[in-house]
Amino acid sequence: MIIENSDVILSVKDLSAEVDGIEILKGLSLEIKAGEIHAIMGPNGSGKSTFSKVLTGHPAYTVTGGEVTFKGQNLFDLEPQDRAREGIFLSFQYPLEIPGVSNLDFLRVAYNSKQKYKGLEELDAFDFDDLIRETLDIVKMNPAFLDRSVNEGFSGGEKKRNEILQMALLEPTLGILDETDSGLDIDALRIVANGVNQLTRPDNAVLMITHYQRLLDYIVPDYIHVMEGGRIVTTGGKELALELEERGYEWVTDKEPVEVGAR
Amino acid sequence: MSLQVTNLEAELKEPQSLVSERDRAQYLAQLIEHRNPLVVSGWLGTVRDRALNLLRDQALPSTRDEDWRFTDLSALYRTTFQPVKPAIVTSTDLDTWTTSDLPIRIVVINGVFAPEHSTLDTLPSGITVQSLATAEEAIQPYLLQQQGMNEVFTALNTASFTDGVVIRVGKNQVIETPIHLLFLTVAGDVPVAIAPRALIIAESGSAATLIEEYGAIASSSRAMTHQESGEGTYWTNAVTEISLADNAQLHHTRTQREATAGFHIGKTAVAQSRDSRYSLTTLNIGAQISRHNPEIVLTGIQTETHLNGLTLAVQSQLSDTHSLIHFAQPHCIAKQLNKCIVNDRARAVFNGRIEVPKAAQQTNAAQLSRNLLLSSKARVDTKPQLEIVADDVKCAHGATVSQLEDEEIFYLQSRGLDRESACDLLVKGFAAEITEKVPSEKLRSQLLTSILSLIRD
Ligand SMILES: Nc1ncnc2c1ncn2[C@@H]1O[C@H](COP(=O)(O)OP(=O)(O)O)[C@@H](O)[C@H]1O
Ligand SMILES: [Mg+2]
Repeated sequence: MIIENSDVILSVKDLSAEVDGIEILKGLSLEIKAGEIHAIMGPNGSGKSTFSKVLTGHPAYTVTGGEVTFKGQNLFDLEPQDRAREGIFLSFQYPLEIPGVSNLDFLRVAYNSKQKYKGLEELDAFDFDDLIRETLDIVKMNPAFLDRSVNEGFSGGEKKRNEILQMALLEPTLGILDETDSGLDIDALRIVANGVNQLTRPDNAVLMITHYQRLLDYIVPDYIHVMEGGRIVTTGGKELALELEERGYEWVTDKEPVEVGAR
Repeated sequence: MSLQVTNLEAELKEPQSLVSERDRAQYLAQLIEHRNPLVVSGWLGTVRDRALNLLRDQALPSTRDEDWRFTDLSALYRTTFQPVKPAIVTSTDLDTWTTSDLPIRIVVINGVFAPEHSTLDTLPSGITVQSLATAEEAIQPYLLQQQGMNEVFTALNTASFTDGVVIRVGKNQVIETPIHLLFLTVAGDVPVAIAPRALIIAESGSAATLIEEYGAIASSSRAMTHQESGEGTYWTNAVTEISLADNAQLHHTRTQREATAGFHIGKTAVAQSRDSRYSLTTLNIGAQISRHNPEIVLTGIQTETHLNGLTLAVQSQLSDTHSLIHFAQPHCIAKQLNKCIVNDRARAVFNGRIEVPKAAQQTNAAQLSRNLLLSSKARVDTKPQLEIVADDVKCAHGATVSQLEDEEIFYLQSRGLDRESACDLLVKGFAAEITEKVPSEKLRSQLLTSILSLIRD
């Protein structure tokens, strides 16, 4: 929801970043305020995941220019774990499997890391168990998944649900969803989208990265940005998605129509 | 097929400063001369003498011997070990070695059974525990029945032990509570050699759980740190013989948590009769140089064997596991998983030998070696050694070597864990697959805690 005069949560100005010496982000600018839901759409390889990794501090990506502030502070002053504790959460496009570590232990360690950072009470196994059981309901997850190793042997849909479970638990100020919809059947998509919708509040924000318009039927964005070649090329309201669906990305990404195969 | 993994910078320090054959022969003679005298004479003396004879035409190994290629014992051979003196141990000295969830305790100190520290009065019926030195001759037919008793370190133990324990689980007896068997050393101001010995007899239809541990008693009054003066240095040369009669079950955990000044060479020799089930979980954590040889001989049909091992080697430690599973009869199953975590300049060795002769048709064997290298100078040598003659068998084996992946660490950091906690969690995950098989919650968590703290130091 767009709220007059709400606080700026994320401000990105002219951001450029490279990986392996190749510039991927080339002057990206974006502002997200409290209460808003933003979507970034764009063709494969346009740099959407790179943007999410730069925001969360992945060591493989080097920022080469621009500024990013999160809740008013310089984001690049923060280590990846402190960005998480300050309230940035990334739902991974490809969540990792961690053999031998139970999902329950992992969730508790993550929760307590943030509590400790905030000077709040850490929960012991018993109290945490109560909390997590309530949270499971948000993504309708079977408690049996708590005892399994993190994401190990989970289906694509189960992994994404597990990501949203973590988001529900950590209550981020900015939730970034990287292709959370890809590979989900329609029931799983509804559950995941419904989970995210339960988590949106006037004091937090969501940035969805998606390839398809389908997700936007379930999580309705306030703004849609189209990304191409490492920068935002167009920004519009939710209607933009429909137009993109009909006319393809070329409609916005290229000033002149191109022949197939010319790129 | 062999997989030897050296990380980028690890330089091979071969050939080592070999101790010559003559020196090794003299050294063996000296070890024999310095062995502890028997307190009780009798049939045990005859057993020791026979082992002495066996040693006459044997040599201590060097890295020229295929079985010891990666394990250089020069540091051991350069140490002169003295006979061990009787030690006085208080019950508080044992505190770090006992846990409340393991109430049945059998303690052996410097190779000598310590009834005063054992909980003999709480032993469940169906199980008997005796000192080897005073055991009646009736147990003699069980002793030295396993294969590989002629091997030089095993024979040296047989020629040197003064005592030990005999644990017998009676026919059809099911013992639920684990038996905690502690072999502890009190080192002194000169290096001492100890020859702990155990004999486990699982009679037919019995079921029991055994936790066997090796380590040192360290207290502030007994400084274990002055290695240079030889203070605190000791050598445990242990042998445990286990026989499982028809349909017997034994859940066995063996931890080696010797002090860093210690050397450890150990043999676990097991024979399984028909329909028996044996599982062995090993944790090799301590000692400067250690070697463990689990040797399982499947003498009956339809046996089942599970070997799960975890080795942690840090700093300049060297930890070697050479296992043998010998199939002799049809329809036997064996599953083996061996894991090593190696940090700093440490080195781990795993050699897993599986012998399937012609008679052992319908064998089902699987072996997996998984290794985690935490530093660029860490090294692991892992080698499956399958000798399969029978033609109707299933035998699978594999080996992997990995490092902590940046992607995994980042995933955890993105959930608010700092780098150190992220690495801890990943290492714990790797280790947990083995530690979770230890049948004591307190011991499991002790083991994980000490693994993590050793990696950090
Ligand atoms: N770790 C990396 N190493 C090398 N190239 C990368 C890496 N991450 C992304 N790239 C490259 O950056 C470009 C953008 O990728 P990405 O951000 O994943 O795009 P999107 O998510 O929009 O599909 C691609 O050309 C991709 O190959
Ligand atoms: Mg992507």
